[in-house]
Amino acid sequence: MIEIKNIHKVYGSGAEAFTALNNISFSIDEGEFVAIMGPSGSGKSTLMHILGCLDTPTSGTYKLDNKDVSTMTDDELADIRKDKIGFVFQAFNLLPRTTVLRNVVLPLVYAGVPREEREKRAIESLVAAGLTKEHFTHLSNQISGGQIQRVAIARALVNDPSLILADEPTGNLDSRTSLIVLETLQELNRKHGRTIVLITHEPDIAEHADRIIKLRDGDIVSDEKNHSVRNAEKEGKLYE
Amino acid sequence: MNKNDILEETYAALRANKARSGLTMLGIVIGIASVIALMAVGTGATSSITSSISSIGSNLLIVTPGATKNFGFGAASARGSAQTLTVEDATAISNSISNISGMSVVVSSRTQVTTKNSNTNTSITGTDPSYPGVRNVTLSTGNFISDENVASIAKVAVIGPTVLTDLFGTDAVDTDSIGQKVRISGSQYTVIGVTKTKGSSGSSNADDIIYIPYTTAQRYLSGNKYLSQINVSAASSDSMTQVQTDINDLLLTRHKITDSTKTDFSITNQADLVSTLSSVTSTLTYLLGAIGAISLLVGGIGIMNMMLTNVTERMHEIGLRKAVGAKKKDISIQFLAESVALTVVGGIIGIILGCAIAYVVNWSGVTKTSVTLSSVLLAFGVSAVIGIVFGWYPAKRASNLNPIDALRYE
Repeated sequence: MIEIKNIHKVYGSGAEAFTALNNISFSIDEGEFVAIMGPSGSGKSTLMHILGCLDTPTSGTYKLDNKDVSTMTDDELADIRKDKIGFVFQAFNLLPRTTVLRNVVLPLVYAGVPREEREKRAIESLVAAGLTKEHFTHLSNQISGGQIQRVAIARALVNDPSLILADEPTGNLDSRTSLIVLETLQELNRKHGRTIVLITHEPDIAEHADRIIKLRDGDIVSDEKNHSVRNAEKEGKLYE
Repeated sequence: MNKNDILEETYAALRANKARSGLTMLGIVIGIASVIALMAVGTGATSSITSSISSIGSNLLIVTPGATKNFGFGAASARGSAQTLTVEDATAISNSISNISGMSVVVSSRTQVTTKNSNTNTSITGTDPSYPGVRNVTLSTGNFISDENVASIAKVAVIGPTVLTDLFGTDAVDTDSIGQKVRISGSQYTVIGVTKTKGSSGSSNADDIIYIPYTTAQRYLSGNKYLSQINVSAASSDSMTQVQTDINDLLLTRHKITDSTKTDFSITNQADLVSTLSSVTSTLTYLLGAIGAISLLVGGIGIMNMMLTNVTERMHEIGLRKAVGAKKKDISIQFLAESVALTVVGGIIGIILGCAIAYVVNWSGVTKTSVTLSSVLLAFGVSAVIGIVFGWYPAKRASNLNPIDALRYE
């Protein structure tokens, strides 16, 4: 579903050129839950931007659903983001002073979904993200950090994207709330078969994914299945 | 995004910052209101001037002695003081020129007038019975000068309402003065009529006047056979030019003048006078409008300032919208809609306020005002254009933001 081949990303030019990504190749299948992990400066944010069609690589190809998106224009990328990608950011996820419901409806507005259908779909994804009815009419500044991230997940889901991209979704949360958010993502992956890419610098957050790609200085240093997943698979305990 | 979405977003965004939106809108409100009110004052001035010119008569041509064209550096002799026009000229005009509906001669002077108890200095117009028809004078009581009065060089006077109050007191009723004697330049005159008020036009007060037969004026006041004015009213406004040319040709022939630049008379066309004065007042109107437009421009800059602040403040929102699929066009339309909404709503309030100011000024009697549909449409159009022009740059800036930078903006 995601096929990345020989991706380079170079910022600047000449002597000041900085290579953020150096010949990255990997692929992600539908239904996978992948963590991209690395310290700051490893190139994971750059990779996230390319995966999220917010940026294009300097060279190399990126195929999303068999479509080459690596050479698209800004507006074409906007269309891809609208139809195929759902974002969960670390911060500034929601429109200020706007109701939860309206925040989730937002992608549908740009997707041109008819008005009467929007609310229905927004409520479905809010429920899927573990929120209850009393939250729907709350303003975005009236809810807790954990709830904000779950609203963001609901919004990422609402237009039925191929890929959910979560960029440090727990970066601003305490560990207990982080767990709830991560469990929400896991549930979406396992119960609904959503493809999720989680970007993080914390190993214990990455542990929630099934596969971990580790980056360092713009290179992939490892790409392997999660230990716990492998163990669980062996013991057949995964879907208890 | 469809129209309803844009309207909803715009409403929400403007509501979110009520104070700022309101103050920015106030700039446009004041700008539009001043354009409307100032142009109403200008238009009102124009219409009151043209109507007062029209009140002196319709399709009027006034022939006066002396040349208006003045070459060289000598001072022009005052019009009317030269002695070139005669009653024969007037008779020739009324006999030989077509498309004339009325003709009246005038011998004017200014002198002291006294009664037993009071006196006044007023203008004396010696004229004939056709004067009221040519110059739109109507009588309030009594009679105007008759042909017999002219023929018999009668000492009779028709007085204007200002003269009436000056001579007979502010409480005087028209009929009180009929049959009374007034003394003009040493002779007794009997009042036979009082005119209705015409109001003052410019510097001259059309009501501060005494009419006597022109023959009487020639004998007792000017002492010669010349005329100060020949008033001719053309049959229609279309024929005014023809009548003017014909009178000019006739008088040139009668006065044996071959060089048409050295005339000893001049002809004032009422229509020319109206168009000259109304071009002056319409320039005034535009000037006033321009003053209003400056405040409108300042208001527009206020809009731009607010929208630029908005773009910076809502950087994350823009990034987020782009991340979830908003195209450049979606973002720029959203921001443009906000500035246009501000100017259009501000424009509507400004139009209402401007009309109210014009109404109050009119009502207070300071000056006549008249709000024209064209100034309202112009103001409304201008306010919408200002929204687009001053909103365009901030909208462009918002739409060109890179979503990554916008999301990361601290």
